[in-house]
Amino acid sequence: MSASPRKTDIGPPNFEKFLPPVVKTNYGQWKYHEILKPGVMVHVAASGDKLYTVRAASPRLLSVATIRMFAALADRFTGGFLRFTSRNNVEFLVSDPANIDPLIAELKKEGFPVGGIGPSISNCVHTQGWVHCHSAASDASGVVKSVMDDLYPHFANMDMPGKLRIAFACCLNMCGAVHCSDIAILGIHRKAPKIKHGDVPKMCEIPSLVSSCPTGAVRPATVDGLQSVEIIEEQCMYCGNCFTVCPAMKIADAENDGISIWVGGKVSNARTEPKFSKLAIPFLPNNPPRWPEVVEAVRNIVDAYAGNARKFERMGEWIDRIGWPNFFKLTDIPFTRYHIDDFKHAGETFRRSVHVRQV
Amino acid sequence: MSEERKKRETPLLDELESGPWPSFVKEIKKADTAMADDLLGVLERSYEEKIGHWKHGGLVGVMGYGGGVIGRYSDLPQDFPEVAEFHTIRVNQPAGWFYTSDALRTIAGIWERHGSGMTNMHGSTGDIVLLGCKTQELEPVFAELTAAGFDLGGSGSDMRTPSCCVGQARCEWACYDTMGACYDFTQTYQDELHRPAFPYKYKLKFSGCPNDCVASVARSDMSFIGVWRDEIKVDAEQVKAYAAGGKLDIQKDVCDRCPTGCMKWDGAALEIDNANCVKCMHCINAMPKALAPGDDRGAAILIGAKAPIVGGALLASVFVPFIKMEPPYEDIKELLSRIWDLWAEHGKNRERVGEFIQRVGLGNFLEQIGLDPVPEMITAPRANPYIFYQDTVEDEA
Ligand code: HEM
Ligand code: HEM
Ligand code: HEM
Ligand code: SF4
Ligand code: SF4
Ligand code: SF4
Ligand code: SF4
Repeated sequence: MSASPRKTDIGPPNFEKFLPPVVKTNYGQWKYHEILKPGVMVHVAASGDKLYTVRAASPRLLSVATIRMFAALADRFTGGFLRFTSRNNVEFLVSDPANIDPLIAELKKEGFPVGGIGPSISNCVHTQGWVHCHSAASDASGVVKSVMDDLYPHFANMDMPGKLRIAFACCLNMCGAVHCSDIAILGIHRKAPKIKHGDVPKMCEIPSLVSSCPTGAVRPATVDGLQSVEIIEEQCMYCGNCFTVCPAMKIADAENDGISIWVGGKVSNARTEPKFSKLAIPFLPNNPPRWPEVVEAVRNIVDAYAGNARKFERMGEWIDRIGWPNFFKLTDIPFTRYHIDDFKHAGETFRRSVHVRQV
Repeated sequence: MSEERKKRETPLLDELESGPWPSFVKEIKKADTAMADDLLGVLERSYEEKIGHWKHGGLVGVMGYGGGVIGRYSDLPQDFPEVAEFHTIRVNQPAGWFYTSDALRTIAGIWERHGSGMTNMHGSTGDIVLLGCKTQELEPVFAELTAAGFDLGGSGSDMRTPSCCVGQARCEWACYDTMGACYDFTQTYQDELHRPAFPYKYKLKFSGCPNDCVASVARSDMSFIGVWRDEIKVDAEQVKAYAAGGKLDIQKDVCDRCPTGCMKWDGAALEIDNANCVKCMHCINAMPKALAPGDDRGAAILIGAKAPIVGGALLASVFVPFIKMEPPYEDIKELLSRIWDLWAEHGKNRERVGEFIQRVGLGNFLEQIGLDPVPEMITAPRANPYIFYQDTVEDEA
C-alpha cells in the first residue's frame, strides 16, 4: 500500500455507481409524481416503473454510528440505495411499496421522523455555530433543534398553505442559505471586535490584519508604544474577518450577540420572482439551551402565515399581497428604525407613492 | 473503551436530547470518541458562557492541494485537549447526493479510524463534511479517501465544489441532465477546484427547472437553471381529472395565479398562450400529472449571486437566456474560461464576480467577454441619463 503512488485530482466518484437499477433504467424518462402521504412520494416513469421515496429529517450533524444505521436500513428496505437532499434530509429510494411502512416505523424508532414534502415545513438549512465556527454569534444546531421541536407537526403533516422554508446562519457571512428563505434566522454581532493590544504584535501580522477587513475599518496604530491596530467603529459590520486572521481581535460578546429574524424570501421562480428575506425582528437574545424567545417569535410568524395566506402562496407573496404594514399588525411585531434600510441603495425601499391602505 | 473515559457533565446540552426533532446532542454522544467527548465539553462551555471557543490558525491542508481543509483550533486547548486541533475536511459529494450503503460504510470506516466520528451530511456547499480532524491525520485520511475513489472539495479562493439537484435521476421536470453536467464540470476543473488561483470563490450550481431546488439563483456565481422553449405539454384528460377531483380549483388555484395571465379555462379545456408563458412552473407544480415542460429543453445561465460581504447581497441575473445543455458543453466552458480570465486579471482580491460586474458595469463586462447584450438580461432599461457614449464623433483637431 505504501508503494502505490499518491492519487490526486480524481474528483468525486461517478454518481452512476450509486443509482438504484430503477433509476438507471428510467433516467430522464420520469413522467409524473404523486405525494402519497406525508414524507412519501412516488415517481412514475414512462415505462410504468415506480420509485417510492421516503424522506426523513436529520440534524445534519451526524455520527458515523447513525450513518451506519442509515446504511443498514437501506440494506433491509431499499437494496442499499439512499440519497440526501439539499436541505439535509435523508431519502430512502424504495422499489417495493411493501417496504414503506416498516421503513417508516424503523426510522421513527431510531428518532428520525418522516415528512417534509409538499406544503409543509421541510428541514432547516443551517451552518456550524458554536459547534465549529470561530465567528458564530449563536449556536446553529441548538436553535434549529429548539425551533423544529416546536414546529414538528408542520414537518410531519402537510398543513401549510404552501412550502415554508426556514434557514439559519450564525453570522452575517451567511454561509448557510438564509437570505432567500421564507423565514431566516440569523445570528448577529452588534459590537466591533475588542482588541487585546498586548497580543497583537505577538500573535498577528499587522499588514494582513489590516487588509483582512472588507470595509477598511482596521487601521495600523501605535498603542502604549506598541505596534497595534485600531477599528473605525462606524465602518465595522461585524463580519469577524479580522478575528479570522488575528485571534487578538475577539468578536464574540455574550451579552451583545444574539439573533435577528428575516422573512419573505424565496428562490423558486414559481409565480413570482426569487426574493431576498426582509428584516422582521432586529434582535432577540441568545438564551441557550432552548432559545424560548426565538422559538416563540418563529411560531408567531408561522401561525400568522398559516392562518392568512392563500393556497400555494409563499410567505413573501402573502406579505406582498397584504402589504408590510399589515404584516406588522397581524404579527404584532414592533416596527422600528432598524427596519428602514440605511446601507447603499437604501432609498430603493422607500415608498414613493401614496399607495397606502388607510385604516 | 467508552468506559475508560470520564464522561463530562453537560446538563444544558442534555436538555436538547428530548423532543421529536432528531437531536444533534445524541449524535455527538453516539460518536463515542475522545474527540466527541471534548466537543461536547467545549460546546457545553459555550452554552454556559454564550460565546464560541474556536479560532482560525495557520494554513493546514494536504500536500499539493490549496483547498479542501479548513483549519480550526480551540481557544481552550488545556481544558479540551482532544479538540485542540479540530479541522474540517470537505469531501466532494457524488452528484445528486446518491450513495449505496457500502459507500456510506466506507466513509464511516475511514472517519472512525482517523477522526472525531462526527460529520455533516452535508455542508452547505454540498460537500460531505468530516468534522474534527487532527493535523497529523489529514494525510492518512486523504490517502484512504482517494484509495476508495473519493477526493476533496474546494475552499478558499478557488472553484468551489459544484452541486446539483436530483434532476433526471428522479424528477420529471428536469430540463437537462443536472447530475451529468455537475459531474462533467467537476472533473474538468479539478485543478481550479483544488488550487485556489482566483480573486475569490466561484460556485457552479445546476438546477433542472425554475423551481431551483439547489437555490442556485441565491448561492452561485454561475447558475444553470433548466427551462424549455416550446409549448407546455398538456394531457387534457388529466386536467379534467384534476378538475373533477375537487381538491384543485383550476380557475382560482392555477389560472388566476399564472404571473402573465396566459392560461384560460372554460370548465372543460385548458388553453395556454405559450408565447406569453414565462416558465415559472406554477401550473406544472400544481398539476404534475396533467402538465409538463415542453420538449425543446435546455437551461438559462445566470451569473453573480453572492452573500452580503462586502457590498451587499445579490441574486444572480440572466446572462444567457437559453442554451442547449449537451456534453461536452464546449460552448459553456469557452464562456467560463473567458469570464475567469477577465475576472482573474481585473478582479480585486475577495471580489466576487457579481461585485466585479457591478463595479465595471454589465455592458463593459459583456463587451470584454464577447457576448451581445439582449433585453432578457434586464427588467427595464436604465432610467438615468448618465450614459458613457463610446461611439461619439471625434473633433478634427
Ligand atoms: C411536488 C413537487 C415537488 C417535488 C417532488 C420536489 C422535490 C424536491 C426535492 C427532491 C428536493 C431536494 C432536491 C435535491 O436535494 O436536489 C427539493 C428541493 C427544493 N424544492 Fe422541490 N419539489 C417539488 C416542488 C417544488 C416546488 C413547487 C417548489 C417551489 C415552489 C420547490 C422548491 C424547492 C426548493 C426551493 C428546494 C430546495 C430547497 C430545499 O431543498 O427544500 N419544490 N424538491
Ligand atoms: C467574509 C466572509 C466569510 C467568512 C469569513 C467565512 C468563513 C467561513 C468559515 C470560517 C467557515 C467554516 C465554518 C466551520 O466549519 O467552522 C465557513 C463555512 C462556510 N461558508 Fe463561509 N465565510 C464567509 C462568507 C461566506 C459566504 C458569502 C458564503 C456563501 C455564500 C459562505 C459559505 C460557506 C459555506 C457553505 C460554508 C460551509 C458551512 C456549513 O456547511 O456549515 N461563506 N465560512
Ligand atoms: C440641467 C438640468 C435640468 C434642466 C436644464 C431642466 C430643464 C427643464 C425644463 C426646460 C423644463 C420644462 C419647463 C417648462 O415646462 O417650461 C423642466 C421641467 C421639469 N423638470 Fe427639469 N431640468 C433639469 C433638471 C431637472 C432635475 C434634476 C429634475 C428633478 C430631479 C427636474 C425636474 C423637472 C420637473 C419635475 C419638471 C416638470 C416636468 C413636467 O412637466 O412633468 N429637472 N426642466
Ligand atoms: S455563517 Fe458565519 S459563523 Fe456561521 S459558519 Fe459561516 S462564517 Fe461561521
Ligand atoms: S469585524 Fe469585519 S468589519 Fe469589523 S473590523 Fe473586523 S474585519 Fe472589519
Ligand atoms: S430543480 Fe426542478 S428539476 Fe431539479 S429537483 Fe427541483 S423540481 Fe426537479
Ligand atoms: S408555467 Fe407559469 S407562466 Fe407558464 S403558463 Fe404556467 S403558470 Fe403561467
